[in-house]
Amino acid sequence: MSKRVGTEASFAIADAAILADVDVVAAYPITPQTHIVEHLSEVVADGELNAEFICVESEHSAMSACLGSAAAGARTFTATAGQGLELMHEVLYIASSMRLPIVMAVSNRALSGPLNVWGDHSDVMATRDCGWIQYFTENAQEVFDLSLCAFKIAEDPNVLFPVMVHMDGFNVSHVVEPLEMLEKDDIGDFIPPMNFPHPLDPNKPVTMGAFAPPVLYTECRKSQEEALRPSKQTIIKVWNEFGERFGRQYKPVETYKTEDADTLLIAIGSFTETATVAVDTLRAKGEKVGLVRMRLWRPFPFDELRDAVKDAEKLIVFDRCISYGGPGGPLCSEIKSALYGSKEQKPVVNFIGGLGGRDITPEQFEQMFSRGREIIDNNLDIQYETIGVRE
Amino acid sequence: MNEQTLQKLKDGGELFSPGHRACIGCVEVLAVRQVCKALGKDTIIANATGCMEIVSSPLPTTNWMVPWIHTLFENTAAVASGIEAGLRAMKRKNRGPKQDVNVVAMGGDGATCDIGFQALSGAMERGHNFINVCFDNEAYMNTGIQRSSATPFGATTTTSPTGKNSIGQVTWKKDMPAIAAAHNIPYVATACPSYASDLAKKVKKAQETKGPSYLHIYSVCPTGWRSKPEMGIELGRMAVETGIFPLYEVENGQWRLTKTVKELKPIRDYIKAQGRFRHLTDDLIDEIQTKVTEKYEALLKKCGQ
Repeated sequence: MSKRVGTEASFAIADAAILADVDVVAAYPITPQTHIVEHLSEVVADGELNAEFICVESEHSAMSACLGSAAAGARTFTATAGQGLELMHEVLYIASSMRLPIVMAVSNRALSGPLNVWGDHSDVMATRDCGWIQYFTENAQEVFDLSLCAFKIAEDPNVLFPVMVHMDGFNVSHVVEPLEMLEKDDIGDFIPPMNFPHPLDPNKPVTMGAFAPPVLYTECRKSQEEALRPSKQTIIKVWNEFGERFGRQYKPVETYKTEDADTLLIAIGSFTETATVAVDTLRAKGEKVGLVRMRLWRPFPFDELRDAVKDAEKLIVFDRCISYGGPGGPLCSEIKSALYGSKEQKPVVNFIGGLGGRDITPEQFEQMFSRGREIIDNNLDIQYETIGVRE
Repeated sequence: MNEQTLQKLKDGGELFSPGHRACIGCVEVLAVRQVCKALGKDTIIANATGCMEIVSSPLPTTNWMVPWIHTLFENTAAVASGIEAGLRAMKRKNRGPKQDVNVVAMGGDGATCDIGFQALSGAMERGHNFINVCFDNEAYMNTGIQRSSATPFGATTTTSPTGKNSIGQVTWKKDMPAIAAAHNIPYVATACPSYASDLAKKVKKAQETKGPSYLHIYSVCPTGWRSKPEMGIELGRMAVETGIFPLYEVENGQWRLTKTVKELKPIRDYIKAQGRFRHLTDDLIDEIQTKVTEKYEALLKKCGQ
């Protein structure tokens, strides 16, 4: 039976890895991911997890070892953050193009410089187009549940893509929270045995990673894209099955008090929980405001987003990342382009804040709400505003 | 013994097929073939980006009859680490191949001595049960003959060109086998396809070694060295007989020459046979000769001779 425990989100990931009976973990320590790898090392050392822990010499090698392990047919897990994710960058593309079902937890962290180990979304957004399935979690329970689901999604024969499970560095990764921990008996056959279709095996030799000349490269890329997009159906199916079996339901786009709302706040990651407090306060004042929490980031949930915002008039998007010299925050860009040309097109304003671990309070979400409406109502030509910056 | 080994190699099947796209006279591809034959079919190869990857794997074709994976340039030893760990974990859980499998990482001198140096050092230090093979053709040949840290002193390459102010490569070749040996791994060896049975024996030894092995294989490149394609085997012999590329092994810390050269041949003929050294003056050739002799004597000392 599931039990209610108090634990740190980083530890909950290791527990998910034990339940999934992971074969190989290859990881390199980086703040704020360290608690994950420390705890995984411990459970391997204690024999709680029957896996090989490869203590590699860099994140580049961490992801490279994951390629080898997954290609050999082993269930493979790793975790990283910030600069580590950037050092893995080119390897991420190999994992997805080779359709290797690696699962990776990312404790989202700012990028240097200046050096900053605290949370924001600069690392995720830089890997937006690497071909992985990516989704966000907001608390320890979600980290645990959705890490478990990640193995089932990644290894589904209709998917076979690597999955990144994002959690905000420190704000989620280091927080001790109560959660419903599932146990082996609860899990049952939820995660089927790893069955990678074409592993490296001398009994049935395969060539993996042959190069593609111009005459074939476009077709390779196109087929990868055509495989990734429909993975959304499997993701939803797995989340629904998880909901039915364990009572906690997850969706690509989740909403909070959006019925009858004329204005919607849209955010991604743990600050959406903070935003719910602001929504409650504003609602108490009679404002018709709601919150849209983006969970699935890749493949992007176009239909679900359009549906979530269809009745609103004004959208206010909060980003924890700057696209230098670009249109503002990456989340807002995606939302604008998802709505552009659709019948749901409507005014969208963008705020950027919470960079490098700076907190965002419920009051600041209230500020974004009033200032955002002001920008829209007065038709001000503002690309984005930064919240909580000292001028 | 040699005859038997050769006969076995001759009788054994090919695991690297004909029809590859290597340059005429390529000795590296011959070395790959010899290594594959010696390894046998229970092998998984992780290959770095480079000549051997490019000549063997244009989609949708392949020359590899053993499971083979190419991912990137600098990560091959790390990929091999993952394969080895994955097989080990799966075996404990009664999955994956039942037989013992040789896990092999291979790449050129650039992939080994330069860009993949860190990943290789990490994999050797961690003690994975794998064989790392460096096919050393002494420059980045696949991208057009650029210098690497394994390019010999005085060689002209496209990024160490000769000119009014340059004699070509001004640094001495990085001693990669010694660096591998400094990791205190159980087996390190140099080999050259001109000595096929010596090479095969060393591959077999590496195969039987528990833990990391490092093989450094001299791979003559007529295209990059500006040498005659038909001279590849002979040049390999000259490299060994001049002491430029001695054949030795380091087994559990014990250094041993596997091909003793009673009296080193002068390097001049070796140098003169290659266009990459065409510009060298007698003084420079003498300077190289002095260094080669010194290094060979130092090696003899290590080997207790």
